Amino acid sequence: MAQFFQQVVSGLASGAIYAALALALVLIHRATGVINFAQGEMAMFSTYIAWTLTANHGWSYWPAFAATIVLSFIGGLAVQRTVIRPIERAPILTIVIVTIGLVLIFNGLAGWIWSAEVRAFPSAFPNETILVGGVAISVQDLGTIGVVLALVLALWAFFQFTKVGLAMRASALNPDASRLVGVRVGWMLGIGWGLAAALGAVAGMLAAPTVFLDPTMMQALLIYAFAAAVLGGIDSPFGAVAGGLMLGVGLNLLGSYIDFVGADLRLPAALLIILVVLLVKPEGLFGKPVARRV
Amino acid sequence: MALLELHDVEARYGPVRALGGVSLEVGEGEIVAVLGANGAGKTTTLRAISGTVRRTGRILLGGTNLARRGPETVARLGVAHVPEGRGTFAELTVEENLRLGGYTRRGSLDDDVRRMGEWFPWIEARRDQHAGTLSGGEQQMLALARALMSRPKLLLLDEPSLGLAPLVTREIFRIVRELNERDGLAVLVVEQNAAIALDVAQRAYVLEVGEVAVSGPSDDLARNESVRRSYLGY
Repeated sequence: MAQFFQQVVSGLASGAIYAALALALVLIHRATGVINFAQGEMAMFSTYIAWTLTANHGWSYWPAFAATIVLSFIGGLAVQRTVIRPIERAPILTIVIVTIGLVLIFNGLAGWIWSAEVRAFPSAFPNETILVGGVAISVQDLGTIGVVLALVLALWAFFQFTKVGLAMRASALNPDASRLVGVRVGWMLGIGWGLAAALGAVAGMLAAPTVFLDPTMMQALLIYAFAAAVLGGIDSPFGAVAGGLMLGVGLNLLGSYIDFVGADLRLPAALLIILVVLLVKPEGLFGKPVARRV
Repeated sequence: MALLELHDVEARYGPVRALGGVSLEVGEGEIVAVLGANGAGKTTTLRAISGTVRRTGRILLGGTNLARRGPETVARLGVAHVPEGRGTFAELTVEENLRLGGYTRRGSLDDDVRRMGEWFPWIEARRDQHAGTLSGGEQQMLALARALMSRPKLLLLDEPSLGLAPLVTREIFRIVRELNERDGLAVLVVEQNAAIALDVAQRAYVLEVGEVAVSGPSDDLARNESVRRSYLGY
């Protein structure tokens, strides 16, 4: 039983990271109907910035964490304004292909600037365990879950209680009506990209201590984030978080209790979830079915 | 100088010309109606002003040319457009719809939200309800209230009576008239129902295939034989 709880907590920790990245995907998809395939590589790039600040410039962890979030926000906004905006009226396929181009650009840039060498990344939390009712729980896992939950709450409050948050929701629901009340919809999309990049940065920084830092570090994570977003419903922020946590716990339990599902089968399991959800319940667990006019 | 002046405004939807050189004026504190048959260009006239259709010509609001501005900027300059089909945000609550209406303003909107509750008493009880759950009349009133939240200089009303019970229509026009008399709100209203529009407006323009056919004080138009036969039906 103790082992079961340990697996659940560590599953929640990896699930929290999937959730953060899935939420980033959902933010952009809700606003524009586009999947940003570069979300993972942007997060990897952000993580390198955090690494540079701590390893090369001697920053301590939390200031570097905060600065990376701010820089990533600005970077995401800049990518939307310079790369995405000129093609925002183009067919979805065009935009998707441009985001795949961004994958290659960020990946190449990171390799060029920082080399493909695998590096250690510091963790904010001590590598210790605490005993909760006889179960040893990793402090790192608890910290990861806590950071993501705090972030999700802050984001929810931003969307629910601020003027810009309301305008962003309105822009996603009905851009034309939003323009009529004076909302600069283009900038709202830019802010959405900024927030998504910031979320991705957090996912990257939380994942890097365990997956290590290199230019491919986010590629598998992006697949898990896709699975989480599809499972929860690609347009549901709540679904992305719930989907991420469920996926993290589910994969972990699968790995520990079913012999033939080892680390090797985690990714195929995630892909299987994407496939099954899209076939059986395309709107996901928490999404609304989309009626399409033909 | 009038508050709003249109000089030779043309607009097209792709190859189709919807407006062929419309000129009209709305004075400070004036209610002006635009009448005409379906497809005459009434809605397009409002859309040309608010910037939701491509247009050429000159559209002056207090001397500023709007013709090259997008809808966000026109809204920021003090024009509130209540579009046909209302354009409320169905998935947002009544209060959120109202707060969006005041998006371009600085400072707290609490007083204005409260004032809308006084104008439209049902709003108070349904503040947290999604706009999509309201009746057609309530949605039309919410769209009007949302437009008023921006404290506009000029209100553009597109077919406020469309699909509504006569009682609701009368209530909407009563509020518009009251705002006009009390606060000097200028209104440009497009209507199918010419009788009610001529009743509330001081002046009116009749559009035919994208051009102004007749214009003048509402009383004169109401007496005009051809206008009466074509648009008033008696």
